[in-house]
Order: sequence, then C-alpha cells, then structure tokens
Amino acid sequence: MEFLNTIEEISMDKFMQEVIRFKMEGWHVIQICAVRVDGGYELSYSFGRDYDMRTLRLKVAEDETVPSITQVFHTAYLQENEAAELFGVKIENIDLDFKGKLYRISRETPFKEKG
Amino acid sequence: MVKEFSTIPFGPQHPVLPEPVHLDLILDDETVVGAVPNIGFIHRGLEKLVETKDFKEYVYVAERVCGICSFGHGMGYCECLENIMNIEVPRRGNYLRTIWMEMSRVHSHLLWLGLLADALGFESLFMESWKLREQILDMFDATTGGRVIFSVNCVGGVLKDMDQSMLNNILNTVNDMEKEIRPVTETFLNDYTVGTRLHGLGVLTADEAKVMGAVGPMLRASGVSYDARKTGYAAYGELDLEPVIDTDGDSFARCRVRINELFQSFDLIRQAIGKIPEGDISVPVKGNPEGEHFMRIEQPRGEAIYYVKANGTKYIDRFRLRTPTTSNIPPMVELIKGCQLADVALLILTIDPCISCTER
Amino acid sequence: MGQKPFKWKILPFAGTVMKNLFSDPATTKYPFEPAKFPERMRGHIVIRIDECISCGLCERNCPPRAIKVDRAAGTWAINRFDCIQCGNCTNVCPKKCLEIVPGYTEPGTEKITETFTKSMTERTS
Repeated sequence: MEFLNTIEEISMDKFMQEVIRFKMEGWHVIQICAVRVDGGYELSYSFGRDYDMRTLRLKVAEDETVPSITQVFHTAYLQENEAAELFGVKIENIDLDFKGKLYRISRETPFKEKG
Repeated sequence: MVKEFSTIPFGPQHPVLPEPVHLDLILDDETVVGAVPNIGFIHRGLEKLVETKDFKEYVYVAERVCGICSFGHGMGYCECLENIMNIEVPRRGNYLRTIWMEMSRVHSHLLWLGLLADALGFESLFMESWKLREQILDMFDATTGGRVIFSVNCVGGVLKDMDQSMLNNILNTVNDMEKEIRPVTETFLNDYTVGTRLHGLGVLTADEAKVMGAVGPMLRASGVSYDARKTGYAAYGELDLEPVIDTDGDSFARCRVRINELFQSFDLIRQAIGKIPEGDISVPVKGNPEGEHFMRIEQPRGEAIYYVKANGTKYIDRFRLRTPTTSNIPPMVELIKGCQLADVALLILTIDPCISCTER
Repeated sequence: MGQKPFKWKILPFAGTVMKNLFSDPATTKYPFEPAKFPERMRGHIVIRIDECISCGLCERNCPPRAIKVDRAAGTWAINRFDCIQCGNCTNVCPKKCLEIVPGYTEPGTEKITETFTKSMTERTS
C-alpha cells in the first residue's frame, strides 16, 4: 500500500500558516520531536491523515522562541512540554504549560548536552 | 449561590492503576468538570542512551522500554535502521517477526481484559484472562527464551528461528485458545455487571477521535478505520487484514474492539504460519547508518512512532519513540470531563495506559 | 445519568466457574514440584574458559558492561547481577565458547563478580 511519509523543511515565518492549513485540511498531530544540532535544535512536527504522514522540519537557534501549536492542536501539549523540558526548546504560550514540572528529574534539560 | 468545586488528587498510587499517572480532578459534587494530567514519576531517559551505545547494542535497550510491547519496540527500532541502511530483511525473518508481534498483541489484550475485570471487581474473570495469557507467555518462553523480554530482534532480521515443531505447537495453542477464550469473551460482552459499567461511558465520536489524535483500539472503537499494520511493514503486506472497527465509541466498544482483535490476531498467526517460507532469517549488516526515518508500527495499544537520526558513526544522534499512550492521554482527559468520579478509574483503564512506555 | 438499554444474558460465567471448581489448579505447586524451563530459556551465561581467546568482544558488546576480560591474566569475569540476559555476548563470541543456559541466577545479599581463569597450559600456547 502506497502512502506518504515525507519530511519538508519550513521556515519560521511560514510555519504557523502551514500548521493552520494542516488543521483546515483535517490532519492531526502524530508526534513532535526535538533533535539537538550544532547551535540549536531541529524540530519535527509530524501530521497524519489516514495513512499519510507529513513532517514539517523547523530549524531554530538555541535562544530562539518557537510559537506553540497547542492553540491550533490542543492535544499536542504533552509532547511540546516534553521538548521544552528535556531539550530546553523555548516554546511560547503552551496551552497547558507544566513549566518544567512534567517530569520529576533531578537535572534541568538533561537531553540538551550531547553524550 | 456560589458554586464550590473541590479538587481531588487521583493517583499516582491507586488500587486500580497499574502504573503511576497522576490526575488532579476538579469536581462539582460527584461530577468531574476538569482534569489535569501529570506524568513523570518514572522517567529513565532511555532515549538518551542511544548516544553512548553501539546501534546494534541499542536494540536490547529499546525493547526494555516496556514489558508488554517489548517485541514491538525492538522491531520498530530495527525496521527504522533497516529503512535507513536499505537492508532487505529475508522473508522468513519478516514472517517470524509478524508471528511474535501478533502473539504480543494477544497477550497484551488479555492483560488488558484482566485489568478491566479487576477494575470492575470481577476477580474470577481477571484470573481466567490471565490464566489464558500464561499459555502465550509459555510459547514465548519456548520460542525466544524469555517470557517478557525476548531479545530476538537484530538489525537485519531476527536471531532465532522456529522449527516446524515449534510452529505446530504455536498453531495448536492458538487453536485451543480460541476455543477456551470464548467463555471469557462472552462474559465480557454479555454480563450484566460489565455492561452496566461500560455501556455509554466516555463516548468519543469519530471526528473527536481524529482531531485529538487518538490511536489504536481507542480510534477504531470510534469508527475510524485506521490500522498501521495496513502500511505493510514486516509480513503484514502479504497477509489478509482488515482493521477491526466499532461505531459506538464508548468504553464497551473499546472492550469489544480489543476482543475482536484477539480473534483477528489468532487468524493472522494462522495465516503467517501457513505461508511462512523457508530461507534465511537475517542478513549481515555492514557499515554504519546515515540518514533519518520515521516508522509507524501498530503496537497492541495503538500506533507507535519510531524515529532514528543517524550520522554515519556507530552512535546514533537521536532515537525518538512516540508511544500510543502519549497520544491517548489528551483524549482521555477530555473524556473524563463530565463523567462521575467513580468512573474515572475505568476511563483511564480503557485507553490501556502504559506510563513506562510514555516516559521511557 | 440515564443509560440506554443493552442486551445481556443470565450467568454467562457460571459454566466456567463450575468447570474450575472441579478441575485441577492452573498453577504448579512450585517448591514441591520443580519449575520447568524450556530449552531455549535465557537464564545465565556459562563459559568454556579453556576455549576462550580473550578477544574482549563480549566485554565491548555487553549492554550493561557486566563482563570484564583480562587478556594478560587470562581471566573472564562476569557480574551476574548486572547481566540482563540479553544473550548478545553469545552472539558475538567468535569461538562460541559462551552459552546462555536455562536456570536463573540465585539471589544474594551483595553484588559479586564471578571470575574464571584459564588453565596454565592454555595461556602459554
């Protein structure tokens, strides 16, 4: 069975626009993933509709803030909190912001440093 | 008159919860009007471990993420790397994976049915479900050497083969179980006590389920025909498979979907054993992976996402595992709003939560 | 809250209950009857030390790093309480002198390391 599984790079100014378009077209959030790269983060937002899956790839600098998509997709709050907490991605205005209290861990942002 | 709400902390330790999840319930009398979920009691940071372990060695870590979906986690990680490295797993290897995966589904669903019966206070039904589950665990023990952690997956295939006598043994067990399981499933579907607790509880419509991103039996119980096995990983592409769906969307529908999936899994095991080809079970892996891939695997509890980003060395940059429960917690929280306090425990249970998976 | 009517049957579980009442228990009487382990069970690691060439592959491929190999002293040591019974060492061993056999590690009050030493003749050859 053929189905989409693509990764598309996107810039910050088009990002929210694209997320809203996904919502209008009936996609739902599958997963949000942060990856630590040199000097910043790589955020992957995967959206699914039926058997198709499209991933938006957003590159952000370390101190850059990212708008939260929970205003559009409310149920993404757990995964956004996770990215913020483990990697230290600065995500603004999460609908249900745990403010670093989602995981009971002894170190702040343990996934930020490599190794 | 000023309305007064009371807040009740629910969990992480609660007789009905198999695993630690905490909810702050805001109550108006006995009715729940709001709920805030809180997890994070058992975060172990297994995803981080991928940076310091050889990618072939990490399979053993990946499958230790969870005790119930253990086989699927190992397989998902391996399938991801095989996609990145363009490795074609031999057909026999794929069929063996399929058989083990379906056996995992049977034992996970039986575990859930047992927990449900326990939550309802139906102790003997709980014992009966787990008694049946034991037969599957014994088959796992005989074929892989472990009851819970199987350690049979490797990048490029599987490590252990099954000979014809083992396959026949599985076939006989499955045929016997299908008969023995009937009285148990009939009880779940027809008993007055079970029905009274489950019918009409926590209705999730198809649209809501889609928008909120519910996965697995929760999604299918709302009438959405989606099953990641249809994407055809392992040997599923060669087997006859239709997603089990139900239209009611309530807790009873979720129970019924899981029961029907049990029979579907028996059927898939029979199909796979009938079709299994001779040949190698794995291919040797050379070199290091470079690239990234998203993999969707239908775990017993729902669709799980595996993501691997490799950089050409033997250590992988990032391994991400989005478990079914991560997706199912937000819809569950929405379902809880409006129900009675006594039903909260049951509603948490009907998503088949696995908090250890979720926190990794 | 009104509940919509649904179909149910009288005593669907009674048959199973009666059957269980008159049949043998599903469990084994463990301390009195021995536990049965299947042939493939991954219980603990054994080594045929005289065939070992001290290559150290098992040490490097052990996920919890429970194995220590000392080439100079000709020893092979395992901390059985760190071992996770994954069987990776038996897969990578070039001489296949490691084997994983049924039977669990016995419980203990402290974590101890078990050391195997090669006999002198093997070391000089």
